[in-house]
Amino acid sequence: MRSQSYRVIGKNVPRPDAWEKVRGRPIYAGDSAVAGMLIGRIVRSPYASARIVSIDTRAARALPGVAAVLTHADVPRNEMRMELPGRMAEATAGAVLATQPVLAVDRVRFQGEPVVAIAAETHEAAARAAELVEIEYEELPGVYDPITALDPGAPHVHEGGNVLRRWHLRRGDVGEGFRRAEIVVEQAYRTPFVDHVYLETETGVGWIDAEGVLTLRVSTQVLEHFRDVAEVLRLPHSRVRLEGAYLGGGFGGKEDVTVECLLGLLVHRTRRPVQLVFSREESFIGHGKRHPYVMRYRTGAMRSGELVALEAELISDSGAYAALSPWVLFYSLVTATGPYRVPHVTVDAVTVYTNNPIASAYRTFGSIQTCLAYEGQMDALAKALGMDPLELRARNFLKKGDAIATGQVLETEPMLEETMRRAWAALGPSRIGTGHVRVGRGLGASLTPYGRMCWTHDSASAWVGLEFDGTAVVRCAAPDVGGGQTASLCSITAEVLGLPAEDVVAVGRDSHFTPRAGTTTATRQLLMSGNAVLSAAREVRRHLVDQAAERLEAAADDIELAEGRAFVRGAPGRAVGFAELVKAMPAAGRPTQALEKFDAPSAPTIDPLTGQGKPFNDYTFGTQAVEVEVDDETGETRVTRLVACYDVGQVINRQSAEGQIEGGAVQGLGHALLEAVALEEGISRNPHLLDYRIPTTLDAPAVETILIESGAGLGPFGAKGIGEPAMTPTPAAVMNAVAHAIGRPVTELPLTAERVLAAMEDGA
Amino acid sequence: MKVALDFTLNGRPCRIDADAHWTVLDLLRDGLALFGTKDGCGEGVCGACTVLLDGEPIRACLVLAARLHERTLLSIEGLGGGELDPLQEAFGRLGAAQCGFCTPGMILSARALLDLNSTPSAHAIREALAGNLCRCTGYVKIVEAVLDAAGSRRPCASAPSS
Repeated sequence: MRSQSYRVIGKNVPRPDAWEKVRGRPIYAGDSAVAGMLIGRIVRSPYASARIVSIDTRAARALPGVAAVLTHADVPRNEMRMELPGRMAEATAGAVLATQPVLAVDRVRFQGEPVVAIAAETHEAAARAAELVEIEYEELPGVYDPITALDPGAPHVHEGGNVLRRWHLRRGDVGEGFRRAEIVVEQAYRTPFVDHVYLETETGVGWIDAEGVLTLRVSTQVLEHFRDVAEVLRLPHSRVRLEGAYLGGGFGGKEDVTVECLLGLLVHRTRRPVQLVFSREESFIGHGKRHPYVMRYRTGAMRSGELVALEAELISDSGAYAALSPWVLFYSLVTATGPYRVPHVTVDAVTVYTNNPIASAYRTFGSIQTCLAYEGQMDALAKALGMDPLELRARNFLKKGDAIATGQVLETEPMLEETMRRAWAALGPSRIGTGHVRVGRGLGASLTPYGRMCWTHDSASAWVGLEFDGTAVVRCAAPDVGGGQTASLCSITAEVLGLPAEDVVAVGRDSHFTPRAGTTTATRQLLMSGNAVLSAAREVRRHLVDQAAERLEAAADDIELAEGRAFVRGAPGRAVGFAELVKAMPAAGRPTQALEKFDAPSAPTIDPLTGQGKPFNDYTFGTQAVEVEVDDETGETRVTRLVACYDVGQVINRQSAEGQIEGGAVQGLGHALLEAVALEEGISRNPHLLDYRIPTTLDAPAVETILIESGAGLGPFGAKGIGEPAMTPTPAAVMNAVAHAIGRPVTELPLTAERVLAAMEDGA
Repeated sequence: MKVALDFTLNGRPCRIDADAHWTVLDLLRDGLALFGTKDGCGEGVCGACTVLLDGEPIRACLVLAARLHERTLLSIEGLGGGELDPLQEAFGRLGAAQCGFCTPGMILSARALLDLNSTPSAHAIREALAGNLCRCTGYVKIVEAVLDAAGSRRPCASAPSS
């Protein structure tokens, strides 16, 4: 669809990192042994709610081979501030923001809360020392359900009450809307705690370098956490450095601080290198999960199918600390009405403390829960109206010039109907089940923000330089979580400079040695670092073209660059290689490198009472369509086909874009059918991969990806972000397909066999 | 306590005194600094530590290193014997590796499959790889890559040689 043709951008080319990865060569954060390295180990609370009566570390400290046994008393500033940089304070005014201590002081609020940090010469000594730490607890009443937590008599998780943050959205007059409505559907939806289950657990190794800088090589999505470590240790920010390794997956679970502060503390206190690797069980109980939601939706429409009113109440379980809960809930507020025009809207959202695991960022960041509800409502409404679900959606889809529920007017065409029609058509002719098998099909249409909230004044920097052999180097501190972030920056540079893709290399992702690029979260790196690299590459190109114009005695406007050579347009014989040009540039006084910054467009904070304003700069729109088979004797559901169609703006790397969508959709299938943290009064009953099942090759269907390239995105060459949007509509599509198969609504995830069978029996 | 081990590792003789309680995973990572074999769960479920013992895929985290004596072990570092194995080439060319953490184990499980069945169906591939978890790819390009590698023994033209 794009008229412009690119040489590198949008092509199906292998990523440079893939050739290292297939050989098992990349050094992940847990893959290096530093001479003299100690082994770190964390003692965690076995209780979800308890008072710490005493901590006795004497026996552990006396054990041979134990270098440190640290408690809260050893932490200079025992508070992990998980604030995102940017002007967030005004948007969190009035919230009870409970930040987690590095090590618990006199109270533990969730199972797995760190209490003691150990460093020892060997794994065995560290494990033995952990056993010898004596902690006396007195169990306290806890609260394990967010609705119960709102009761006036519920135990308080923190002083100040259990309400962490409320958000409100008001648009039009919802009372008037429901008076006009000729049909109203009402339904509640529930989702569970879900774990990221990246294959690499939280991991890091740290040491003190020759200049005395505390250096941590960590598996993190956020290199800016060096500041958190510095604050906790009361060190100057300049004295802590984070070196980013390739991540073995992140999905939002390595957005908050994980090992950083504990590892920094152990290195700082022992003055020895330390490695800290969380076990799979620690990962399950220790890091933030996806928030469980209870969502009550009421949707009103005319008989024509026109939506007129929507009322939603969203309750999210933040678990024991604030982490990123207010912001996740904010994404839910903004996306509560989905990709539809609704004139009259009320949304009341609240996130609540409990003694459950911490909930925080997980791919889609609050957009996946609301999608389940708004898409469930669309199918319920279609059924009530006797209307085709596709027609109902088509009638109400947002178009260019329409406003979303916050009043933000869409400046480009969302192409929602095209994504829906193409995804649905690609499912092929409908099938009829035989025997015990019922076949159903369902849709999920979606909008998901890419890039951070407008009022955070987000920015990213990048450096591009040419070498004397005519190749190029990119320096940009953008963590690579496996989605191809680094490779895309190389592709952009190669495109602009007219280099073969393999002649561009990106070196290092480091808080101190590479320009700051911000977090690999919020589907922001292609938008942010991509645009920064684009600017830097264009600046370098300008100087290279000037050099070529001088050398070839032509006008700069007539110079073209391709395959590492500059030539005069229309006269390919008048050409010169980059190596010759670059070598001559210093003498000509021309720079061979550039450092550029990209600032995202900003906007004031939204109105806190009405949610009106411009929350995000742009959104990615897309639809997934699935076919399921439900065994009506067992309730077992199998997804047989999945098609995803998105407007991605412009493909940068085709394999990476498809890979994001395929992986996101299958992760979404796990959420829909298999995954839930099983909690009994805050205690996890399935902190192991045997009991917490994620999709295997046998659970995953064939996935077909259809990419539309409108060129309308804010990223380089008109690209949009796809990392999180890839997952948003999957659970909704599966839920709608199961409901279609069994002829009954299902509204709670995961759609286990028991739950599906129960829904069928309800209707019998 | 140490045990003296004499075995073939990645095509070369290997003699080492290993801690008696070491697993194969401990031996590879802590004893031999071969970090290509990954530890994803330590419980034999995720498959990231899959290596081939006498050609059979094993979970390195569950097998004691002492069992290696006088046997043949292949880890990702030895696959292809200096060249890229067709599976490595196909995984790289077709985008089957994203974060890369499951990739070594996934490729070795697939190698064991292809050694038994050189023309597996997509379903046979899915069955053979069901014990190797991947959270990034949705398995789509992984299955494609194994099918591709099974279908050809082409020279590895698109991969850089070093």
